[in-house]
Amino acid sequence: MHFKANASIKLKDSTLQQAMLKAKGKFVDGRAAAVQELGNFEEIREAGKSIRNRALENLDVWLLRFEQEAMARGAVVHWAQTGEEVNRIVLDIARQYGVKKVVKSKSMVSEECALNPALENAGIQVVETDLGEYILQLAHEPPSHIIAPAVHKTREEVADLFVAAHHTERKTDPTALAHEAREVLRPHFLDADMGISGANFLIAETGSTVVVSNEGNGRMVTTLPRVHVAITGVEKVVPTLEDFSTLLRLLTRSATGQPISNYVSLTTGTRSADDPEAPEHFHIILVDSGRTKLLGTELQSALRCIRCGACMNHCPVYQNVGGHAYGWVYPGPIGSVLTPVYIGLENALDLPQAATLCNECGVVCPVKIPLPDLMRVLREKQFEGGMRPWTERLSMKAWRWTALHPRAYALLSKLGAKFLQILGGREKMLHKLPGLDGWTDGRDMPAPAGETFRAAYARYKREASE
Amino acid sequence: MNSRESILARIRANLGKPSGEPNQQEIMAVLEYLNSHPSGPRPHGEWTDLTERFKARAKALGSTVDEVVSMAEVPNAIHRYLEANALPKSGICWPEFAELTWQDAGITLAVRSVENKDMIGITGTFCAIAETGTLMLLSGAATPAATSLLPETHIAILDATRICKGMEDAWNLLREEKGKVPRSVNFISGPSRTADIEQTIVIGAHGPFRVHVIVVS
Repeated sequence: MHFKANASIKLKDSTLQQAMLKAKGKFVDGRAAAVQELGNFEEIREAGKSIRNRALENLDVWLLRFEQEAMARGAVVHWAQTGEEVNRIVLDIARQYGVKKVVKSKSMVSEECALNPALENAGIQVVETDLGEYILQLAHEPPSHIIAPAVHKTREEVADLFVAAHHTERKTDPTALAHEAREVLRPHFLDADMGISGANFLIAETGSTVVVSNEGNGRMVTTLPRVHVAITGVEKVVPTLEDFSTLLRLLTRSATGQPISNYVSLTTGTRSADDPEAPEHFHIILVDSGRTKLLGTELQSALRCIRCGACMNHCPVYQNVGGHAYGWVYPGPIGSVLTPVYIGLENALDLPQAATLCNECGVVCPVKIPLPDLMRVLREKQFEGGMRPWTERLSMKAWRWTALHPRAYALLSKLGAKFLQILGGREKMLHKLPGLDGWTDGRDMPAPAGETFRAAYARYKREASE
Repeated sequence: MNSRESILARIRANLGKPSGEPNQQEIMAVLEYLNSHPSGPRPHGEWTDLTERFKARAKALGSTVDEVVSMAEVPNAIHRYLEANALPKSGICWPEFAELTWQDAGITLAVRSVENKDMIGITGTFCAIAETGTLMLLSGAATPAATSLLPETHIAILDATRICKGMEDAWNLLREEKGKVPRSVNFISGPSRTADIEQTIVIGAHGPFRVHVIVVS
């Protein structure tokens, strides 16, 4: 997984650049307007943070309460430590009920597990029904954004995919394309044996799973097939219905700038005399897969995440390279924190570096996760673990030495500034920074003025005392 | 240890709690919080007329709203809506509305489970939320969830006295009147939509193209 190499490719991909440019403004402006309209977003944000902290600080007790309530209503609760275990459980459920076709609504956890290939290998047909996920299933690509999975695709690309899959006349109008997908997918909802959903939240008070969506596919998947399987992370539990309502105010505004999504559905238990049309079987899979490793560490706050995507929408790096450059399921700043923990820091070497630490993500995060701080923690771990290149480690050591020796620092910075000034020439621009060409690959660096900060400081002080 | 035990043990160990089952104190803390289920901060807003706020927000999210003064007027109001939008005058409804004078209004309704061919689905509403212009529907034997989902047009009949301020008030109503959550609690805020192709909003993704609310005041 090499972010740096991926990013260079993505920066040169003009189709991707075109798609990313279109998305950028809509997410950022939409959120800003929705937040403004609330009047007390900061107060609600603080409350959201406390709710998530309360759940995490007693995570085992809340999960046990959730399990108890869910089981009392007829759901079966499974616990999975790894993605492979999730796939095994889903396959067992599918075999148990003779499932031949599965309809899925959006689930990032199932992306972690690579569930679709596991089901397909067992001869089960899987149909993604979220429009973005459906487009990507046709394109054989993973999502590049956690709530707008096909944000990297242009309408022309979608048009080509639909012609190839549906054998219909080519159309590029998003409305016509979306309605074509509606017509194609409706029969699948009606004859699938199993619906697989994720869960935005688990409510301990009632044993409910919650799906927040706009398209209505989440409702179809959890309502129509006779078997419903919900797959979600153990950290998703919240105590009460009121807590969920507070977090919902934050989630939809931060995600898409909507005051509420079109459909917010709580699902609890199975078919009964009270509800004879509900699914006969409801299985809930609670997934660890690296999550509990964060508890009790300086990275615990990352588990507060409610997966709104605001951190990536506002990230200047994400805005330019898109989600695929991050190499795994979760892109953007939250991905740069979670991926190294979930798949191992040694397998995600440059992800914690895939940020400018500008803190735009920290400012917009609805549950106040200090994302730049967490990336810095990971950078330190990499450095201490000897996982950074020797050149970087050596220069860090050299820098440390000079920082501890003020006179040497003054001399070296003076010489360095002078050298760069000469190098900048008449243009006063550096086209290539010696030894650090990465910095000047895509841009020029203005040459220093010649006088260092220390020299300027001393001069001002002298002038002031005269 | 099975996975359940391993995960729970790891949580306790990493949180620095003693191993084994949660102790009485931890359980009491959780129960106490569940019993008090405190409300979080509500959004600021000077609106006091719940019906007006509901109507304004529902329209902002793409629903259409009509207001009548009695249940007896509902069939004619629905006929007007169907006529104005050139929609078929037949569909299905929840049993609680079976006795209304549909035939006199020129509408043919069946009282049964939804089928894919049904174009109009008429439901009631457990309550509504003024803050966001949202309908809250509970699934049940007499209130099947799919009626509001499969047809291209969903018409919801809403008693104006059932409009709550925020979602928290709706939960309290649910606790008082039903005691437990049904299989599905569906909050509906306008017609189904998607923005998955170039962030362009398209109405009618998988669910209804139209949500029409008849407020009975």
